[in-house]
Amino acid sequence: MRIVVCVKFVPDIQSDRQLGPDGRVVRDLGDGTLNELDENAVEAALTLAEEHDGEVVVLTVGPDDAVDAVRKGLQMGAAQAVHVLDDDVAGSDAIGTATVLAAAVRHLHAAEPVDLVVTGMAGLDGLTSLLPTALGELLDLPSLPLAARLTVDPAAGTVTVERQLDHASETLTAPLPAVVSVTDQANAPRYPNFKGIMAAKKKPVTTLTLADLGVDPATVGTAGARTQVLAAAPRPPREDRVLVQDTGDAGTRLAAWLVEQKLV
Amino acid sequence: MTATPVLVLLDHAADGTLRPPVRELLTLARTVADGAPVHGVWAGTADVAPALPVLAAQGVAAVHRLVADADPHLSSVVADGLGQLLDATGAGLLLLVSSFESKEVAARLAVRTGAGVVTDADGLEVVDGRLVALKTVLAGTWSTRCAITTPVALVTVKANAVPAADAPAPTEPAVVDVPVQVSATSRRVQLVERTERPASGRPDLGSAHVVVVGGRGTEGDFSPVEDLADALGGAVGATRVATDEGWIGHDAQIGQTGVTVAPRLYVGAGVSGAVHHRGGMQASGTIVAVNADADAPIFEIADYGIVGDLFTVLPQAAAEVRRLRAQG
Ligand SMILES: Cc1cc2nc3c(=O)[nH]c(=O)nc-3n(C[C@H](O)[C@H](O)[C@H](O)COP(=O)(O)OP(=O)(O)OC[C@H]3O[C@@H](n4cnc5c(N)ncnc54)[C@H](O)[C@@H]3O)c2cc1C
Repeated sequence: MRIVVCVKFVPDIQSDRQLGPDGRVVRDLGDGTLNELDENAVEAALTLAEEHDGEVVVLTVGPDDAVDAVRKGLQMGAAQAVHVLDDDVAGSDAIGTATVLAAAVRHLHAAEPVDLVVTGMAGLDGLTSLLPTALGELLDLPSLPLAARLTVDPAAGTVTVERQLDHASETLTAPLPAVVSVTDQANAPRYPNFKGIMAAKKKPVTTLTLADLGVDPATVGTAGARTQVLAAAPRPPREDRVLVQDTGDAGTRLAAWLVEQKLV
Repeated sequence: MTATPVLVLLDHAADGTLRPPVRELLTLARTVADGAPVHGVWAGTADVAPALPVLAAQGVAAVHRLVADADPHLSSVVADGLGQLLDATGAGLLLLVSSFESKEVAARLAVRTGAGVVTDADGLEVVDGRLVALKTVLAGTWSTRCAITTPVALVTVKANAVPAADAPAPTEPAVVDVPVQVSATSRRVQLVERTERPASGRPDLGSAHVVVVGGRGTEGDFSPVEDLADALGGAVGATRVATDEGWIGHDAQIGQTGVTVAPRLYVGAGVSGAVHHRGGMQASGTIVAVNADADAPIFEIADYGIVGDLFTVLPQAAAEVRRLRAQG
């Protein structure tokens, strides 16, 4: 079983994240990291590969630094890594990024069949959750997003996911190959150990360009973006803030304040 | 924008009642439609009748009821129907509530139609003929304005983004059945099982005007949190720690990997304000925090912070709210 995991390099959410004048997330503040939620995707893929005698390929699209994201995947246990690196990708929206990833998955599939594509549930920078479903559409594969549990039946050639939505829980199933996104409920990601870190140094990272993938640059990046950020500004700090130490009547005072603010 | 109709996907419960944010979406749709008709789209097998009075008061011109020989809960089937309707009506804008399901529908439609998408918008305007969405990003710390440059725009709108208001003149919406051509792609995914979560009797967490949240500091006793929520007529939420501990259902989790809320009033009790949690609540109108630790990060974003024990502060506040309410 061959599994491709799509991972993203994002600014660390614990850091002071910023938008640039173009309204895009600033990606060169030097504190980027593998999107935390993609660790769950790598873990899910590695677990399936271990169960079903498979191999995991980690795939990312992004600037130079983004190679760190796939390196982390290799350290966790993936066998191979692919980094799509091309200046024309900069400024891609979710659909643009999905377009590049889809081309890369097709490229990998042509070399050796891909059975499953796994992603995290969202990127902690943009948080749109659009990518996994868009990727499935572009590849014309069934997409099963938000798996809190994920199982593959190799004999039947199917994948089954359990997922929690806002008002319901669902079980979905589809034939392989398919695209699945996993939530942070799906598993506890493993930490790379010393052996994994050393082994990762010897594993190949293939760098590909849009030309290698046959992607028209006009369809991705800023050129292909369907939205344009006109303005971006840090939200002004909250004013008139109150901090009180409870001396016995803080609850009563809070109620009075809520009434005064017309919140009750 | 040209005066093309605006479509609104009518999110509803299994019994056919509209979810509260739908009224906000319809209100927003009218403001950007600039006189063009607003059409509702009804997906699913529930009876549309309970929703009609609200749709009439909102001035909805017509309701397109998708009829498919495939499971109407599958986002791909809904996308099949909406794709057809965008073509048939020439609509330039589709509004959806910001749920995970809507985002799946939007992602599929974006690929199929070439439409631009904005998710989690908290406002929408037409500027120089272009649709501009307002959106708060990076865990509520930045505000952006984003133009959609494609002929068709798909926008998912957060609950509480705008106050709902009825149309100046009510309508009698026509209900039209739309047979959906279900795509081959849709037929490949099978919904094996779907269980609707029972309603709690409290307002829906995602759209409530008031949300009271309990964290690790409750040590598993959510009664003070529930008490204050009920006094304020609000919903109960939780941090991931509280849901992971099994103190409350996972669906109560607020944060980057849980529900995103932007109520008028958020009260966090025994919540430290970790960045993962803040991502799901920092856009709230007014933030109140009750925490025993004066250095808890949540105080950095609180409008009203109380350094104190939630087990004494919350019951006292709930009792006082009830007393003041009784006084009128
Ligand atoms: C990938 C990932 C995703 C995550 N997603 C989410 C998410 O979506 N939502 C989320 O909430 N978390 C999420 N987390 C977890 C998050 O990082 C924090 O661990 C969590 O929010 C902390 O919950 P807490 O505030 O309840 O607990 P703590 O951080 O332990 O804080 C408890 C607070 O209660 C106070 N306290 C204790 N007793 C009392 C008392 N009697 N009265 C008043 N105050 C008291 C303490 O002073 C403390 O500040 C995620 C983590 C990861 C790694």
